[in-house]
Amino acid sequence: MALLQIAEPGMSAAPHQHRLAAGIDLGTTNSLVATVRSSMSTVLQDDYGHALLPSVVRYTPDGKVIVGHEAQAMQSTDPVNTIASVKRFMGRSLNDITDKAHIPYRFIDGNLDNAGASKRVLQLQTRAGLKTPVEISAEILKSLKHRAEKSLGGELVGAVITVPAYFDDAQRQATKDAARLAGLNVLRLLNEPTAAAVAYGLDNKSEGTFVIYDLGGGTFDVSILRLSKGVFEVLATNGDSALGGDDFDHRIYCWVLDKVREASEHFAPLSEEDTRLLLTKARQAKEWLTDNHEAQIACKLSNGTLVDVTLTAPQLVEITQHLVTKTLSPTRKAMHDANLSIENIDGVVLVGGATRMPHIRHAVEDYFKQEPLTNLDPDKVVALGAAIQANILAGNKNDDDLLLLDVTPLSLGLETMGGLVEKIIPRNSTLPIARAQEFTTYKDGQTAMSIHVVQGERELVTDCRSLARFDLRGIPPMVAGAARIRVTFTVDADGLLSVTAREQSTGIEAHIEVKPSYGLSEDEITHMLKASFGSAEIDKKARMLTEARVNAGAIINSVNAALAVDSNLISQSEQHNIEVKIQLLTSLIQADDADAINKAVDTLNHATEAFAAARMNASVSRALSGKNLEDIKL
Amino acid sequence: MQNYFSLFQLPQQFAIDLKQLETSYRGIQSASHPDRFVSAAPAERLQSMQLATTANEAYATLKTPARRACYLLSLHDINALNESNTAMSMDFLMQQMEWREALDDAKQAKNINQLEALAKLLQSEAKSLQAELTDQLDEKKDLSAATDITRKLIFIDKVITDIHQAIEQIE
Repeated sequence: MALLQIAEPGMSAAPHQHRLAAGIDLGTTNSLVATVRSSMSTVLQDDYGHALLPSVVRYTPDGKVIVGHEAQAMQSTDPVNTIASVKRFMGRSLNDITDKAHIPYRFIDGNLDNAGASKRVLQLQTRAGLKTPVEISAEILKSLKHRAEKSLGGELVGAVITVPAYFDDAQRQATKDAARLAGLNVLRLLNEPTAAAVAYGLDNKSEGTFVIYDLGGGTFDVSILRLSKGVFEVLATNGDSALGGDDFDHRIYCWVLDKVREASEHFAPLSEEDTRLLLTKARQAKEWLTDNHEAQIACKLSNGTLVDVTLTAPQLVEITQHLVTKTLSPTRKAMHDANLSIENIDGVVLVGGATRMPHIRHAVEDYFKQEPLTNLDPDKVVALGAAIQANILAGNKNDDDLLLLDVTPLSLGLETMGGLVEKIIPRNSTLPIARAQEFTTYKDGQTAMSIHVVQGERELVTDCRSLARFDLRGIPPMVAGAARIRVTFTVDADGLLSVTAREQSTGIEAHIEVKPSYGLSEDEITHMLKASFGSAEIDKKARMLTEARVNAGAIINSVNAALAVDSNLISQSEQHNIEVKIQLLTSLIQADDADAINKAVDTLNHATEAFAAARMNASVSRALSGKNLEDIKL
Repeated sequence: MQNYFSLFQLPQQFAIDLKQLETSYRGIQSASHPDRFVSAAPAERLQSMQLATTANEAYATLKTPARRACYLLSLHDINALNESNTAMSMDFLMQQMEWREALDDAKQAKNINQLEALAKLLQSEAKSLQAELTDQLDEKKDLSAATDITRKLIFIDKVITDIHQAIEQIE
């Protein structure tokens, strides 16, 4: 028999090893991966020293999938099978895409039919078959995961992936689905501007109220945060999930087309290759104009037409100023929601490659009456902040004592009579949050109620995004308006929403954890996973046993660690009771019965409830400078 | 039994030190937030989730003057939102109509400057109501008068929100 190990007194039984975690900035144009190494957040490079991975995926004729620079180089030659800016299509249906005519992809309005709901997941026709944006994004994530694991020399326990603060639940769920397909455990989806603030604040040891103005390739976000002693509190966030650097390229592209049409009368419609070529030229001109006064746009189209026009910096300003103005409206909304005026702002941090454009900097400076801060790389700052949060959420020691208090970006509510929305949790509420409201029946004798959960700021249900529907049945028949149905919305620190409806007199309940209609179903994910792993069947039973063992081991470790520090908070008999439960669980771990292990885990959890409450009380009392809190349950 | 004031170690009254509220709130979140308990046992994670949720709700309630007043009254079993509770004075009802009309006119004319001016006016009105609340709640302890003022304050907050919504829609 192997000898049992005994830990040193006062030490936790498990050696505190560093768990590998990464922060991923999954961008519209470029993606990055970063990690915390020896307390420093660093961006990881590929074998050629590139930090940025262009978010471009190509399906090659010989059946391979190529991601990054190599794929980007083939954009104009093979536009239909080379997908760029796929983030713009995440969690979207064909109806949501307004400028289809100018995007060189073959869209299919996929109809994944589940539960009769109109779930129309957009798909793209490529030579490798129909691909959803989720699958295409998963290729980018796989590439970054591979880069991280190669460079860190081990498997990642998880990643924090950033999303635009203004992404709705459908877009967030699509991002999570892509991570699962890529085999990544998502520790948290973190809002991009918040991630930037973390990196900026820690780097500069800043205190005060900061605005993060984040104009990326496809999305615009603005967030206002208060930074103080390691606590980063998001006061408000707003944005436009369909406005970004791509739109500036697109304006230039349209401008060039107009010029060419003026010059030649019979101008044939553009091929997909020409559209991509001109969009690339437009992007290059935009970037060139950041430091130069004029840019030449010259190329030969497939029909033989020669394009040769010159775009000056003032012309660029003229044709894109309305886009810059469009960013100021969300900025004002965020300022109002945070109840602040510009005198209260201590600094404005620019994030996202598109903020390199001089007229954007001027607009921001004009609005806030102060020069924006640009002392860190706007391309990298989001990934760096994500890596710091990933390190904390992976359970590694948090040297900086950093805590992020994030908010719900959009209001959550439910449908009432007449297709109107009643907001339950307003936008910019700090997480975690729980809110309840009472509703009643509309008809005499009504025994069921349909709960329709929606997200958005508008008053009509049809203008908001539908997240979930469920029914509460078994309401005792009463006259209209007599029943009392209490509906509770809960959003946890991960942003996961659950909704419970409860009839007050009988106590009957219905509950749902919200997974938005646009997400992929469990079956679809399993199917895609199987397809990507070939025929390798995963033994469900073996996996459940492994999971139960790992979970039990983790709980024993954390309870032992808590007892080592705080056993004085409970009586000896309570402590003994907990120790008995730990022994029981320890004896079961080696056996092959997952159910028995899980049951013993539940028993141990139950036995530690009072101890956990006592520890929480003690810790809060310490935080409030030593005073006693008798009972924190309000 | 604790309440939101004692949670943040504040005196139970309308006039509170907002700086201390913020410091206490941050202290409690630092100690209780779920991100601090990612690898803790489930019983501790549950505690953390409950306390962090309560602290958020308590902070949001005490931070906003109208909600703070409502909460103080609720500790005396008065529901300020209850329509049958008190009747508003005729003067204030007339005043309400004037503000509503001004809002509608400016909205029709898509006049942002006018809307902003109206918001400013209402904000200064709210300020003086808050001063009255300190007097009635903390000094005179006249709960019925305080309920009246609280309802006025809630009404004004609602109009200010509507003004900002109108501005958003125009933009």
